[in-house]
Amino acid sequence: MIDKTVKDAKEAVADIPSDSVLMMGGFGLCGIPENCIQALLEKEIKGLTIISNNAGVDDFGIGLLLQKRMVRKMISSYVGENAEFERQLLSGELEVDLIPQGTLAERVRAGGAGIPAFYTPAGVGTEVAQGKEVREFDGKLYLMESWLKADFSIVKAWKGDSSGNLIFRGTARNFNPVMATAGRICIAEVEELVADGELDPNEIHTPGIFVQRIFQGKNYEKRIEKRTVSQ
Amino acid sequence: MLTKEQIAKRIAKEVKDGQYINLGIGIPTLVANYIPKNLNVVLQSENGLLGIGPFPTEDEVDADLINAGKQTISMLPGSALFNSADSFAMIRGGHVHLTILGAMEVSENGDIANWKIPGKMVKGMGGAMDLVASADNIIVAMQHCSKDGESKLLPKCSLPITGIKCVKKIVSDLAVLEVVSTGGFVLKERAPGVSVDEIKSKTAGKLIVEGEIPEMTFD
Repeated sequence: MIDKTVKDAKEAVADIPSDSVLMMGGFGLCGIPENCIQALLEKEIKGLTIISNNAGVDDFGIGLLLQKRMVRKMISSYVGENAEFERQLLSGELEVDLIPQGTLAERVRAGGAGIPAFYTPAGVGTEVAQGKEVREFDGKLYLMESWLKADFSIVKAWKGDSSGNLIFRGTARNFNPVMATAGRICIAEVEELVADGELDPNEIHTPGIFVQRIFQGKNYEKRIEKRTVSQ
Repeated sequence: MLTKEQIAKRIAKEVKDGQYINLGIGIPTLVANYIPKNLNVVLQSENGLLGIGPFPTEDEVDADLINAGKQTISMLPGSALFNSADSFAMIRGGHVHLTILGAMEVSENGDIANWKIPGKMVKGMGGAMDLVASADNIIVAMQHCSKDGESKLLPKCSLPITGIKCVKKIVSDLAVLEVVSTGGFVLKERAPGVSVDEIKSKTAGKLIVEGEIPEMTFD
């Protein structure tokens, strides 16, 4: 098998230059690549375009990259939990493409699957439709949307092996498996890195062919945005 | 006037056995508390879970298990986890039977606005545009008027819209209304103690009143 293992986050992100297009998995703060975000913070790069469903919060996740002014453009569906984001957006420092969540997921999936465009009903008749081809199928209108690809996709999994096979846990899966397919180089950080043969092939969510680098993550904070409990 | 809990309780009466349901953030989330126990329904969370269980106890809290509102949740026997592309395949593919969500404005032809206030709020649409463009059955939970007393049921939405001609039913703090494809809010039920005249005066869009309008009942 092909060994995809790298030492740590620092080595994994070492060749990411300024002005790169990055995809980052996660929904809110759930399933985000915490280690790689930290390692990116320690690099002197800027002008990044980040494709991620959300933009973190002020002091965690992608919010940290925003605070350090490393991001030029965000492509997201919902950015509501981040005051610094809203400030940079309203002041014009940050460019933002807000797109429907399902369209985001499918554009990423299409990018990884070699499908340049597709039609979706989401956004017909709204400002999302501006400048896009509209076509009727079976009496209903659909918008043409195009694929999204990235220079690097950065994902977080629960378990992985040295071949790059990944297993996710709970709703921390979210965008991670689709983004893994759509980066020219996919970096996977995992809570538990094991040797080939230790994961059951029946249980693999992301086959290793999509992953170019994998490393054992550490010190996961897994911050909870809204701790809600029942009595 | 209904409280938020009462709006949720009234909407729960619309739920049918065997449905897969997506609940939006806010009042719609509360609907889960009032779905009759004898109905077998499955709640979908668009971040990747079918079969949303109750909020966890302090001991059960798991950072890897949240709903689309980013609240910690639990799973149920028979739950399933999946990725975001599969999640929206369920939604766009018509596999989710009922969508319940909030709105800032609804127009008399069923357009809904709930994602943006230009110059003021730029949070994004999340999954709302996919949901309203896809579901055959959309129920909106909302306040009838803004805090300033302006009607939110309008001839035409003033805010950027989320989807066109999609809302089928509205449960507000004042009334239950159905949106007809020819245009208009058909008044079906009044909140306890609220008169037809009050609903008329607080509905800026075309209100259709036919016959006696009953008061809502709660089981």
